[in-house]
Amino acid sequence: MVPADSGVGENPAAVARLDRESAEWLRALASTGPPREAALARLHGLLVRIAPGECRRRARQLRITGPELDDLAHQAAADALVAITGKLGQFRGKSRFTTWAYKFVMFEVSAKVGRHFWRHPSVPLDAEDWDRLPTHFGFDPARETEWRDLLGALRRAVDEVLTARQRAVFVAIVLNEVPLDTLVLELASSRNAIYKTLFDARRKLRATLVANGYIDDECSRSS
Amino acid sequence: MSGWTALDDFLRTDPRDVGCAKAMEMLHIYAELTAAGGPAEQRYPGIAAHLRACGPCGEDFEGLLAALRDEAN
Repeated sequence: MVPADSGVGENPAAVARLDRESAEWLRALASTGPPREAALARLHGLLVRIAPGECRRRARQLRITGPELDDLAHQAAADALVAITGKLGQFRGKSRFTTWAYKFVMFEVSAKVGRHFWRHPSVPLDAEDWDRLPTHFGFDPARETEWRDLLGALRRAVDEVLTARQRAVFVAIVLNEVPLDTLVLELASSRNAIYKTLFDARRKLRATLVANGYIDDECSRSS
Repeated sequence: MSGWTALDDFLRTDPRDVGCAKAMEMLHIYAELTAAGGPAEQRYPGIAAHLRACGPCGEDFEGLLAALRDEAN
C-alpha cells in the first residue's frame, strides 16, 4: 500500500472555503447555551433519519429485525453525534458538513455490525477448517482434480511464508469468514492495521503461487 | 466467476491502495464527488482501489452514497 499521506491528490487537512450552510452548522455547534442545544437537536434529527436506512441496508449482516434494528439505529445515531461533536475541529470544509457528519453514522453502524457477529457465530474464531476454502472461492467440486494442487499450494504458502499474525488474520477472515470489523475488536486492533496485515498476506501468497507456477503473473485462469 | 478468478482477484493487490485510515478520512469527500457525478475514481485512484478491495470501507462508502442520494430525492 502507498504511504498514508500520498497518492490521493490532496490533503484533507487543508481548510476549504465553507459553504454557507456548513459554516452555520459549525458556528451553531461551537456556540453555547440554547443555540448549541438547538443545533445538536437538529443534527441528531438528521442522523436519526439516516441511521435506520443504513441499518436496514445491512440487516443481513446484523441479523436482527424490527424494534431491535430500530434501537440499534438510534444508538448508532447517538454515538455518531458524540463522535461528531468530539471531532468538529477536524472538519475542513472539503464537503458539506452534513456529508461529513453522515460518515460517522456509517462508521458507527459498521462497528455495531462487527459487535453483532458473535451473537450468531458460524464458527469459533480459532477454528481452521480448510475444507471450506473451495466453497469460499466458488471452486466446482466436480472439477476438483483441476484445483486440488492449487489449493494445496496455497495452504502450504499460508503455513510457510506468512508471519504468525498474517496467518491468524488470513484464517479468521478467509477460512472462518469473520468480518474484518469483528476481528478488529477481537484483536484490539484497528481496521487499518488488520487490512494492512491481510494486504501483505495476499501479496506474499500471490507472489509465492506465481513463483511456483500455479497462477500467471498477469492474468488468471478462466476454467 | 470461477474459483480461479475469485482466488486471483482476492490475492491480487493494487499498489495504489491507500489503506483504511486514509480512505475513511477522505470518504465524505469521495462520496460527495461521486454523488455529484464527478470524476472521483480519476481524482482519487488510491481511494478507488481501496474501496474495491476492502469490504468494510466499501460498505461505508455504499451506505454514505445511498444516504446522499436519498437526501437528494
